[in-house]
Amino acid sequence: MKMKKFVSAFLASAVALSLVAGCGGGDKKKAEEKKPAAAGAVKVGVFLPLTGDNAAGGELELRGIKLANKLHPEINGKKIELVIADNKSDKAEAANVAARLIEKDKVKVILGTYGSSLAMAAGNIVKDSKVPAIGTSCTNPQVTKGNDYYFRACFIDPFQGTVMANYAFKKGAKKVAIVQEVSNDYSVGLAKFFKEAFEKLAGAGSVVEIANYQTGDKDFSAQLTNLKAKNPDAIFAPGNFTESALLIKQARQLGIKAPFLGGDTWETQDFVNVGSKEVDGVAFSSAFDSTKAATPEAKKFLEAYAKEYKGEQPGGLTALAYDSYLIALNAMQKAGVDDSVKIREAIAATKDLETTTGKTTLNADGDPIKSAVIKTVKDGKFSFIDMVNPEDLKAK
Amino acid sequence: MNNKRNIMLTIAALVILFGVACFVQAEVNSYVRRIINLCLVYAIIGLSMNVTNGFAGQFSLGQAGFMAIGAYMVGIFTVPVELRADVFYAVPMNPHLVNVYMPLWMALILGGVLAAFVAGIIGTPVLRLRGDYLAIATLGFSEIIRIVITNATSITNGALGIKNIPPLNDVRYIFMAAAISYVLITLLLNSSYGRAFKAIREDEIAAEAMGISLFYHKNLAFMVSAFFAGIGGGLYGALLGTVDPKNFLFTLTYNFLLIIVLGGMGSVTGSMFGAIIVTAGLEYLRLFDEPMELMGIAIPLFRPGLRMVVFSILLMVCVLFWRRGIMGTNELTWEKIISFVKHPLSGFRKKGVQGK
Amino acid sequence: MELFQAITNMTAVSFAQHMVNGISLGSLYALIAIGYTMVYGILLMINFAHADIVMMACYFALFGITTFHIPWYLTFILTIAATALLGVIIERSAYRPLRDAPKNSVLISAIGASFLLENLANYLFSGRPLHFPDIPFLSSMIDLNGIQVQAICLFIPVVTLACLFLLLHIVNHTKTGMAMRAVSKDYEIARVMGVNIDNIISITFAIGSALAAIGAIMWGIRYPGITPYLGVMPGLKCFIAAVVGGIGNIKGAVIGGFILGLGEILIVAFFPQFSGYRDAFAFIMLLLILFYKPTGLLGEKMTEKV
Repeated sequence: MKMKKFVSAFLASAVALSLVAGCGGGDKKKAEEKKPAAAGAVKVGVFLPLTGDNAAGGELELRGIKLANKLHPEINGKKIELVIADNKSDKAEAANVAARLIEKDKVKVILGTYGSSLAMAAGNIVKDSKVPAIGTSCTNPQVTKGNDYYFRACFIDPFQGTVMANYAFKKGAKKVAIVQEVSNDYSVGLAKFFKEAFEKLAGAGSVVEIANYQTGDKDFSAQLTNLKAKNPDAIFAPGNFTESALLIKQARQLGIKAPFLGGDTWETQDFVNVGSKEVDGVAFSSAFDSTKAATPEAKKFLEAYAKEYKGEQPGGLTALAYDSYLIALNAMQKAGVDDSVKIREAIAATKDLETTTGKTTLNADGDPIKSAVIKTVKDGKFSFIDMVNPEDLKAK
Repeated sequence: MNNKRNIMLTIAALVILFGVACFVQAEVNSYVRRIINLCLVYAIIGLSMNVTNGFAGQFSLGQAGFMAIGAYMVGIFTVPVELRADVFYAVPMNPHLVNVYMPLWMALILGGVLAAFVAGIIGTPVLRLRGDYLAIATLGFSEIIRIVITNATSITNGALGIKNIPPLNDVRYIFMAAAISYVLITLLLNSSYGRAFKAIREDEIAAEAMGISLFYHKNLAFMVSAFFAGIGGGLYGALLGTVDPKNFLFTLTYNFLLIIVLGGMGSVTGSMFGAIIVTAGLEYLRLFDEPMELMGIAIPLFRPGLRMVVFSILLMVCVLFWRRGIMGTNELTWEKIISFVKHPLSGFRKKGVQGK
Repeated sequence: MELFQAITNMTAVSFAQHMVNGISLGSLYALIAIGYTMVYGILLMINFAHADIVMMACYFALFGITTFHIPWYLTFILTIAATALLGVIIERSAYRPLRDAPKNSVLISAIGASFLLENLANYLFSGRPLHFPDIPFLSSMIDLNGIQVQAICLFIPVVTLACLFLLLHIVNHTKTGMAMRAVSKDYEIARVMGVNIDNIISITFAIGSALAAIGAIMWGIRYPGITPYLGVMPGLKCFIAAVVGGIGNIKGAVIGGFILGLGEILIVAFFPQFSGYRDAFAFIMLLLILFYKPTGLLGEKMTEKV
């Protein structure tokens, strides 16, 4: 009995001590944070999933933002300080973190995030507190629709789906199959836009099969065996890169030869690592081509990236995150750094801004009109296939 | 006499707390309000889980599923009609539902009732099971609910989730909901039903021998629990402003498990404390995820993910060494508070004597 | 009618391919389910952490090959040993202190241990998926008259059955096995009869975890994307497999694993429109079994003591 009491007393005091120690640490940290703030630093919130399902995407985007901060560290003579917050790939956390950035850290503009549902969870918060946010790669149209305070640096799913449908049709596909991650909003949305666009091009009934799987699934053999029997010319399979890589691997193992098409989430090294040689030859849309710089800014970005992360090529996610920083920077140069409503107006008025992915102009919804790049994987490296401009699609 | 005094004190405390809530709503920034609201919502759900797990002794892990039902009722019915076409852009909303609008309170109650109804249906067969089997069966049900929601696209919008739920970051509203839940659950637990629950928890066979209907009472506890979980889930959805099926993975239930373990299985006030500590604590532990510098040297240990490690270690320590939690099966009563105020140290002395 | 159509529409090759897929998935489930059933048989608790032991074993094997460049066969042996050790450590730290505590506390502790392992893996190895290295021959594909089979898929059922027979031998014909059965029947009496309970439980965990490691290696070769949460769903399904077969019964776990694996595949094969409900199959199976035959297919009637 005595022993037990001793143990619990010990634990209680340990917990108490750790709390005190934690407080100490926290205070010290706060003091450190305050110091540069007193010197007049401008705080920019970075709102990304650094742990959880979307951690890989979040990490790549963080690179882009950090790099941009390194190259453009100052605005009107004031230092820009990034306040990085992890939304844990979780919506409740995303809402908390966004509120925290605004209320506690007093940021005037937020950059992020990867994952549209996370952006939507923060949507009302940025809207109510009138602090603009610039999405890095949240491609769902709902993120910016009806929300004056959410913008983004990436193109949206209807465009992306149409691009891929056009590409498939151009390559001679007459009947396609879709494999969607039924519990993932990104995948379901993209699959829908692809289906609509492809049926417009190739006629009703040209989508021969829609198979579903759940996030986290590892075995797709049953769905793929069904699909093999339908013998499609191409397979559109947008989704998380982990599941997609395994899916493609298993498809190749089952002897499915049809090319796989996907969306911008595939552009991570992890996709290639997991899929290894089986993902060679897939095609997916992206915002950025690292093999040739579209603008001087892109050249700067590529050089800095090569220096910072030796031997790696930057992908679309990193470039878009970099661009989101540039958009914010440009707006703050015009509107000053104190009034977030003015900053919002300046962001909304972004026109022909030179970014890594070409010239960026935001439309009334807050979405950029920009061209997409179609890429493939060749010998474990991403390479450029084609470029699609928004005007090309309208002409058809 | 004492009883009357306690009721008066409770009412007074609730009124004062409501006043505090009004003050918080008016004066405090939205980040802190959000944390407080989350604490309150988690307290409701923790409390609901405690009814089955702590009081009736039936180890159920289905809370996430019942929350999902509540959250989706709020999602489906409180989105303004004119915004629905935007939300359901992939598959149009079911024509029978598309023009049905409800105010939040009605949707909350509907969510609670529906959750209770589902609990009633599944409770009949499931509650025959005991211990681990019950845990895994309820967990299975919560997953089935989630999978059905994912696939019932024309009603729930599937994986795309429902956004544009009018946001509710109002401490007064959520406080009222939490207070009402607290009062109702306390009344239930202090009634003969509550005593029956506890009898079942202590010894099912003895309870049955005393003429307590196991089936009836277990089912009742399960349904009451689901009702409040549904309400809590609805508030959770309204607080976030969006719902999607991935929110309600069964791992969500673990949060509430931690709350009731920490607070004390079988203590209403304990669940309240547990909810506050877990929610606020998780927010506080965030400093573990940020790079930390000590005397100019960056400590490599601090990087995203550490917080959850610390959190799970705390859970383990709590289960292994401090199984009673904060309150055990006791309640924080007015008698205790008054005697503490009168003789601040006597409580400790008494405990010391008992310890021997 | 629809089923009939689905069957007639399906070619023989497709059907055979589905069966092969189902059997290979089922035998993986079976292997992991044995671990659950063994622990349950002795301690009467769900070892929630078992799924995460599988996950950790995947990482052990992966790092052994990629980071430490140990030959794969050696890595596998080391992985099995390390995982067995991990299992014993978990038992000692998370379950042993609660041996005389109420059952619910043990259950909570098990959930806590599982949660801790997941978060630890997430922290240490990051949430990004890692690629399980290709193993010579085992990772390659074999073409059997149009049916594509990964070589490992031919091995999995063999390994599963080999493990099954080895285990049955240990449990039924060795002294340790006899002690295990004694502990499982009544642990107080076993203790009185001089069985060292702590040792027997540790051995059970070691064997269960070693099986988890074997399952994990096969899993890694078959599904080479390794993430901290990879064990969660398969873990639940394997536990369900153990319940379906009759928990505590090793043969039952294997049968349950096959039923679940095949069922999951065939439901998608015959009803492609329900592919989104695939994960629900296991849970529905669980509920059906619990309602109609709570002891499982091969389980014996257990009377709970008052």
